[in-house]
Amino acid sequence: MGGLLLGAAAQAASGFKTPHLDYAALSPEIMLTGVLVLVLLVDLVVDETHKYLVTQLAGVGVLITIIPVIALAVDGTDRSMFGGAYVVDNFALVFKGLFLAIGYVVLLMSTRYIEEGDYYEGEYSFLLLSSLLGMVVMSSSRDLITIFVALELLSIPAYMLAGWRKRDLRSNEAALKYYLLGVLASAVMLYGMSLVFGATGSTVLTTIGREVAGSVGDQPLVTLGIFLIVVGFAFKVSAVPFHFWAPDTYEGAPTPVTAFLSVASKTGGFVALMQLVYVGFFGREEVWGPLFWVLAALTMTVGNLVALRQTNIVRMLAYSSVAQAGYILVPFAVSGDSPLAAGTAQTAMIVYLIIYAAMNLGAFSIVMAVARKTRSGEISSYGGLFNYAPGLTVLMTIFMFSLAGIPPLGGWFAKLLIFQSALDAGTPTAVLLAVIAGVNSVIALFYYASIAREMWMRPVPDEDRSPIGVPAPLAAALGLTALAVVAIGIYPQAVARLGDLAHLASR
Amino acid sequence: MDWFDSWALTLATFLPVVGIVVLAFVPRAQESLIKTVTLVTTLATAAVGVGILANFDYGSKGALQFDPGPKTWIDAINSQYHVGIDGISLPLLVLSMFISILCVVYSWDHFPEPHNPKAFLMLLLVLEVGMNGTFVAQDLILFFVFFELVLLPMYFMIGVWGGPNRQYASIKFFLFTLFGSALMILGFLALFFNAGNTFDIPTLVEQAGNIPHNTQLWIFGGLFMGFAIKVPMFPFHTWLPDAHTEAPTVGSVVLAAVLLKLGTYGFIRIAIPILPEAAITWAPIIGGLAVVGIIYGALGCLAQKDMKRLIAFSSVAHMGFVMLGIATLTDFGINAAVFGMVAHGLITGMLFFVAGSIQERFGTRELARLGGLLVQAPKLGWILGFCAMASLGLPGLAGFWGEFPAILSAYQPAPGLSEPLFRFYMVVAAVGTVFAAGYLLWMYQRTAFGTPKEEFAKEHIHDVHGPEWLAWSPMLALIFVLGVYPRLLFGVTDEAVQTVTAAFRAVGGP
Repeated sequence: MGGLLLGAAAQAASGFKTPHLDYAALSPEIMLTGVLVLVLLVDLVVDETHKYLVTQLAGVGVLITIIPVIALAVDGTDRSMFGGAYVVDNFALVFKGLFLAIGYVVLLMSTRYIEEGDYYEGEYSFLLLSSLLGMVVMSSSRDLITIFVALELLSIPAYMLAGWRKRDLRSNEAALKYYLLGVLASAVMLYGMSLVFGATGSTVLTTIGREVAGSVGDQPLVTLGIFLIVVGFAFKVSAVPFHFWAPDTYEGAPTPVTAFLSVASKTGGFVALMQLVYVGFFGREEVWGPLFWVLAALTMTVGNLVALRQTNIVRMLAYSSVAQAGYILVPFAVSGDSPLAAGTAQTAMIVYLIIYAAMNLGAFSIVMAVARKTRSGEISSYGGLFNYAPGLTVLMTIFMFSLAGIPPLGGWFAKLLIFQSALDAGTPTAVLLAVIAGVNSVIALFYYASIAREMWMRPVPDEDRSPIGVPAPLAAALGLTALAVVAIGIYPQAVARLGDLAHLASR
Repeated sequence: MDWFDSWALTLATFLPVVGIVVLAFVPRAQESLIKTVTLVTTLATAAVGVGILANFDYGSKGALQFDPGPKTWIDAINSQYHVGIDGISLPLLVLSMFISILCVVYSWDHFPEPHNPKAFLMLLLVLEVGMNGTFVAQDLILFFVFFELVLLPMYFMIGVWGGPNRQYASIKFFLFTLFGSALMILGFLALFFNAGNTFDIPTLVEQAGNIPHNTQLWIFGGLFMGFAIKVPMFPFHTWLPDAHTEAPTVGSVVLAAVLLKLGTYGFIRIAIPILPEAAITWAPIIGGLAVVGIIYGALGCLAQKDMKRLIAFSSVAHMGFVMLGIATLTDFGINAAVFGMVAHGLITGMLFFVAGSIQERFGTRELARLGGLLVQAPKLGWILGFCAMASLGLPGLAGFWGEFPAILSAYQPAPGLSEPLFRFYMVVAAVGTVFAAGYLLWMYQRTAFGTPKEEFAKEHIHDVHGPEWLAWSPMLALIFVLGVYPRLLFGVTDEAVQTVTAAFRAVGGP
């Protein structure tokens, strides 16, 4: 009897083929996993007064993880595993590099903040790295299940991080809202995925792409599936009308976490969407094209109009990042019009996400630096900042006008590419969307400039002109982001080339 | 001088950046060092300008010179670093360098509150980069970057160092211009996709004819919005009086002397030569708005109580003459327009300098409170009189050569344009000159003639002093020299203008 069972098991085992694992291709993920385990272990050993070492270890670990990414990029061959479910190509590598860079800057921002706030430090780094791992995996996911697993891996630690200031009610609210809406979005998305799987019989995006482009694609089931998946991700990237969680979560979460959510988590959502749309659903542009058109127009307009009325800087930046997501949705809306337009659109999105990361992280770093002194997030507390913190003022001015898209700061090129993608498509609806984006960038200037006005033209509110001490890691984060914004603005080819190289092959 | 030929324009544009970097390391307290560094920077930049003037080949003014050819910049969108100047850009580039020096000289002891010369002068140098760059750019994206680069420093100049209503005025200036440039950049991109995937201006000029007429009209509309707001043309002018009134003196001078010209220059350099067919269709509209601007600006002047606001409205009227000249699409009209741009830059720049000095001395610019300037500060009074005469277009001074030929050119517009309509415009514009004489003489009479008002009668008013003389005399001299010897400028621009209008002989010919 026992022998029989064993024999059956052996027979089953012989039918199971070990999947081919390309360890070189997986080296960034393996390394990052190693770092996060190490962080957890070191945290056990290090005593309370030296916890900052853990954060520093995490930072160094993230930097080292960039090395295999660069090595793979130099090598240049596209590697595919698990029947095309996990792909390491230029697209994946660009975003892995971007996520790791974002992770490093966020760790720099967090170093002193977490320490001074008396929060758990080791666990913070661990969760941040876990979320980062989810993003790194996401960049390579070309399969519905892998995408879902990566999404949960990047989201679940983020839910906890949002509530990290556990004695603060607002932080609790932030975490709860983020969690509930995140789970809702996941559910909607999963339902959509199950429909698409049901219709096409595969979870691998390339297969889905082939099927969807054929006769299967015409089934209403697929239409509904695509619709639900896009809506699910619309929650993730906080597109209007699925953005309600964002301002409350951003305001309540610890500021470095807010920066992480508004940049890395959002980029993760866009990466997933790009893979789904360009590899999986490209044949059905008549479904997602109009959907993205409406989402883009609404997101830009509502985000900007509501941002106008904010008095709290974090809420303003929250709505600003909603509006920015609207700009990034524009290329999606127009990329179905021609294969050529799809190429321009992908470059535009990749470049926009890179530049957006630099300028938004910079802006949040300034918010943190100023809050160290004023202990306030009110925009009025920035009054007369130029008088006692000229350096921070100039940097914040750079970030704000870059977000507004004024040359020669990075943001202008990102906006230009968005306009370009719309005009490349050239259809009347695409041009109309470009005009809407143009008008929106004028509206946006008003609130970005109002921060500049506060800092340069208003009096100091309480006549307290004592200088602001900026800790070294935060200063480093500011320096890196400002350098990126200015350098990209003057020589945009540096990122444009990345964008051109990293196209996903449609089908 | 091969080296100079290929690097002169890059140097002329980016030399101020060196000054900005140096200034960044000078402590805020060392004010005289800060001023010296800025002055040396602007002088060095102008020295490059003198070199360009000396090496410019006056035998082929219509061709691009100092053009080392396009260099790679942003391959992804096929935009290149391409600079070059012809007879139209040369005077404007030199004007921009010249005004920058004089502004530094004037600033020597006039720093409006909240003082801070370091930040102020750094912004002035950023402005110079943007202005010089716009006049030398031969690539649409490069042009756009420089065109926008002037926004930030001017926004801060008005908003930080301006008058009581400065915050409103500065954001209004910014929003208006940005709205125009958002539509302008859409126009640029549409050009790119419709004319052979290039942003190179000379190439676009050659390939322009291939774009369908209807598309041309739309693209021209986008460019029109960008440039017309900058000029500013009626009805997009409302930002100008506010910006001018609130700006510090130097800001007003730069705004009037150079920034407004970026708009008219855009028409001459980009919109008209690249889209000639659309220009023919749009010209009557542009001409119409121009003459409305002339009359409206003049009537606006008559209603003003504030001296700077009056000068600002007079700018609207004067730019109307420039735009009328451009709208005729003739050699004659566009030559007049370029002359008008330079003349307006010098004259209105001077008027703002004088208004600033009057405000500094009396603490007010209200016309009703001023009077008897000739009694209290006779030299300042005479200078104001000289500028007012130049501004109203007195023959023998520079203003005349911008205004009179522009009106005359409307008599015989380019083929394809309605002659009766433009002759009507000509009559309206001529009536406008009468108004101009009216409001300028009225302003002069109220400020300079009569006896000082009681509140200032006992006060000692300084007459023109050192830095003011230094800053002003070159401008006054040029207003006079260009007035008696206009060939100095017409001789440089004429051939270049012929290349701009070449398309109309081809397209619109009978």
